[in-house]
Amino acid sequence: MSLLQVSKLSKDFGGVRAIDDLSFEIGAGVIHSIIGPNGAGKTTLFNLITGVYTPSWGDIRFDGKVVTGRKPYELARMGMSRTFQNLQICHNMTALENVMVGRHLHLDGRLLPSLFRLPRIGRADRAAEDHCRELMAFVGLEKYWDWDADAMPYGALKRLEIARALAAEPRLLLLDEPAAGLNDVESREIDEVIKKVAARGVTVVLVEHDMKMVMEISDHILVLDYGRKLTEGTPQEVRQNPDVIAAYLGHAA
Amino acid sequence: MSDLSTTKATPAPVPMSTRRAGGSGGGALAWLMRPRTGGLLVLAAVICLLPLGLQNNFQYDVAIKIGFNAIVVVGLNLLIGYAGQISLGHAGFLGLGAYFSAITVTKLGWPPLVSLVVAAAVVGLLAFVVARPVLRLKGHYLAMATLGLGVIISIVLNQEAQLTGGPDGMIVAPFTVFGFEFSKAWHWYWLVGGLLFLAVWLSLNIIDSPVGRALRAVHGSEVAAEVVGVDTTRYKVMIFVVSAVFASVVGSLDAHYIMFLSPNEASFFHSVELVIMVVLGGMASTFGAVVGAAILTALPQLLTFLEDYEHLIFGLILMLVMIFLPKGIVPSLAALLKRGGDR
Repeated sequence: MSLLQVSKLSKDFGGVRAIDDLSFEIGAGVIHSIIGPNGAGKTTLFNLITGVYTPSWGDIRFDGKVVTGRKPYELARMGMSRTFQNLQICHNMTALENVMVGRHLHLDGRLLPSLFRLPRIGRADRAAEDHCRELMAFVGLEKYWDWDADAMPYGALKRLEIARALAAEPRLLLLDEPAAGLNDVESREIDEVIKKVAARGVTVVLVEHDMKMVMEISDHILVLDYGRKLTEGTPQEVRQNPDVIAAYLGHAA
Repeated sequence: MSDLSTTKATPAPVPMSTRRAGGSGGGALAWLMRPRTGGLLVLAAVICLLPLGLQNNFQYDVAIKIGFNAIVVVGLNLLIGYAGQISLGHAGFLGLGAYFSAITVTKLGWPPLVSLVVAAAVVGLLAFVVARPVLRLKGHYLAMATLGLGVIISIVLNQEAQLTGGPDGMIVAPFTVFGFEFSKAWHWYWLVGGLLFLAVWLSLNIIDSPVGRALRAVHGSEVAAEVVGVDTTRYKVMIFVVSAVFASVVGSLDAHYIMFLSPNEASFFHSVELVIMVVLGGMASTFGAVVGAAILTALPQLLTFLEDYEHLIFGLILMLVMIFLPKGIVPSLAALLKRGGDR
C-alpha cells in the first residue's frame, strides 16, 4: 500500500495556479525525488503535503487516512517530518537543543511536570540528549554539538535540519533541497546520509536540483512543470523522456 | 570542514549542566554561572543577606517593590524573552488580580489567601480565553491587541466606581494568613523574597525542559517547531496564562501590602514599565529579569537627589544601557565574561 496518496491536488495563489490537478502516489520504503525547473511548484507541493499550506482542491492521504488541511504538528504526530530549503533553524538555541526540539513528540510536553521538574523530566531529557548526539554524529555533526546554531556554517545547518527531522522518528521524511548551496564533497556526504536514512526504513521524498544526486540515489522520480505532472518513473525512464529534456533545456527551435 | 575546528574551541564532552554555563570557562565561575545551582544560590544569598544592609522602612519598601516587580517580570520574560511574544497589557492582569483580592477581601470578607488563589485562577482563565484569538497575531498586531486588552481592563476598573472606587481608588484590608497579619516590613520582605525565589526556580525549571525548548523554538522558528510536532498555539497560550497568573498573584499581594489600590496599577504605563524591565535586564534571561526589575525600581529612588533632572538622567541611563548592552544587562555581561574567559 502506498504511504502517501495525492489526488487531484490544486493550489491557487491569487490568480496563479502553483499546483494544478496533481495526482501521484508514494510507496513505503524507497527514495522518491521530485524534480522540475525553478517555479515548477516543488516547494509548494511540500508545503501542501506537510500542512504548512492548505490545498485549494484535492485530497492528500497519509497512511490511508485523509489528512487534507491538517496542521503540521498533527501530521508530525502521524509520522511525517521535513526540512526546509530556506533554513528554519532556531538561532536562539544551541545545535543540540535544535535537534532536541525534534524529540518533542517523544517527551512529556505538559506544563506541570516541567514546571516542577519532576525527576522523570530530567531523566527523559538526558536520554533524549544522548539520542540526539547520536543523531548528530549520524549526520556528521558531532563536533558542533555544543555550538550556538547562529555560529554554524551553512552546510552544517543543512545537516542539522536533517538531524532534527530524524529526531522525531518519522516514517515519511521530506527533504527540500538538502544539497542546495553545498559543494561537491558536502553533497556526496548528504547523499550518504540520505541513503543511510532510507536503509533504516524511512521513506524519503526529496526535492533536489543536483541531478547527479537525484539520478544516483532515487528509486522513483516525479517530474513537475508549471504545477503539473510531466512524467514519473525510474531514473532511467525519466532521463530518456523527451518532455523532460524539453522542460529543462527548452524546446528545440 | 577541518579548518572550521580551529575557529572555535570544541571542548570534550561535559555533562549537560556544565555546558549550560555557556562556555568553556571552568571552575568556580562556571559552577556559579550554572543557573539552577549557582544562580539560585546567589539569589538565595542576596535575599538572605540584604536585610543586613537595610536600615529603615523606606529601604525595606524599595526592596519589597523590587521583589514584586521581579516576580512579574520573571513571568513576563517567559512570554517575551523565551517564547518571543510581546504583551503590552500585562499590568491589566496585575490590576485584575489586585482588584479581585481587594474587593473580595475588603467588601466580602473572604480570607486573603483564598482570594489570591481564586483571583489567580480567574485571571488565568481570562488569559486563556483571550489568548487564543490574540496570540494568532504576530509582531505589531499582537502588540496592539495586548495593548488594547490592557486599556480595556484599565477603563473598566476606572468606570466601575461602585465596586472599585473608580479613579479615587479604594482602601484594602491587610493580608492575613490563618490569623497572622503581615504588618511589619520584614514580614513582607520574607514573603516576597520567598516567592521571588520560587518564581525564579519555576522559571528555570520551565526553560530547561521540553516545554521550554518548545517555547524557544516558537521564538526561533515557528514553522520548524510545528513540523516536528510542537503545537505552537498551545504553547503560546500556555505561557501567556502562566505569565498572567504570576502577575495576578503579585497584584493581589501588592494591593494588601500598600493597603490602597488605584487603577494606575493597571495602566498602560505600568505595562510598558514591565516590558522595559524585561528588555533592560536581558531577554531570555531569568536573572536578567530580576536585575532589570531591581534597577528600574531602585534607580528612580537613587536619582531623587537630582530633583528636576531626575527623569532626564533616568532616560539617559536607559538609552546608554541599550546602546552599549543591546542584548540587555545580564546576557551582554555574560557574553563579555565568556569572551574574557576564553582568551
